[in-house]
Amino acid sequence: MPLLGDKAPDFEAQTSQGTLRLEDFRGSWLVLFSHPADFTPVCTTEFMAFSELYDEFKKRNCELLGLSVDSVSSHIAWARNIEAKTGVKIPFPIIADGNKEVAKKYGMLHPGQSTTETVRATFLIDSEGILRLILYYPLTTGRNMQEILRCIDALQTSDKHKVATPANWNKGDKVVVPAPIDQESAESRLNEGYECVDWYLCKKEIKE
Amino acid sequence: MPCILPDGNVTETAKKVLWAAKEKTVEEIAKEAGLPLFRIRGSIRELSKAGFVEQKGDKYLTTEEGKTKL
Repeated sequence: MPLLGDKAPDFEAQTSQGTLRLEDFRGSWLVLFSHPADFTPVCTTEFMAFSELYDEFKKRNCELLGLSVDSVSSHIAWARNIEAKTGVKIPFPIIADGNKEVAKKYGMLHPGQSTTETVRATFLIDSEGILRLILYYPLTTGRNMQEILRCIDALQTSDKHKVATPANWNKGDKVVVPAPIDQESAESRLNEGYECVDWYLCKKEIKE
Repeated sequence: MPCILPDGNVTETAKKVLWAAKEKTVEEIAKEAGLPLFRIRGSIRELSKAGFVEQKGDKYLTTEEGKTKL
């Protein structure tokens, strides 16, 4: 099972938008996410929620790629049904992982939850192909897409400004200045205009 | 191959790629076709295998055989 900081495992897979490889997404961030099955209620709400926020993901240079063990025909039929019944078009591809090859590579099968269906796994892969975030949700609990967007914002902000982000951070909030590496910098940072609780916890505003 | 239909014709996405592939990079083709870069890369790979697109350095060009599919 890949871990944070690892290179995301390569794959070539049939999808609802043709054959795709992980390398086809290089240069973009990617949310690779699995769902248990097509034509199921929680998954349908998740696909609608992802689709409704698709432009927000694109604004962050991030593509979406779904996955389940269902066939391409099933994915096509389900996407068409969602559009017909709700008016929401599914704009992103969905992997048909019938042989579970991709699911096994990414650890999307959790036998304690289901021996046949993938759990709600979410992998955030950066533009260099590195795994930056992994979220697992059980079959019964739909994901929070705003949290996924928030994590993309946090990681992209950390990369750009070399900072960390505190609990419940949202874009525009103050960020955490990296911890000092020696006593001298611990002393001096208290006079650098940061908002400090103490030497080890200082925040600052960033200009985008 | 999803770009190539069972009757030998190509999909609408593949046609957009063939129209746009006039000695251009994948980024230029994506811009002209109005499609995400990942779809261009996937389509180019399949169209190249079928002999409908050829590579010249980092650019792609629709072949004479590819033009018959438009």
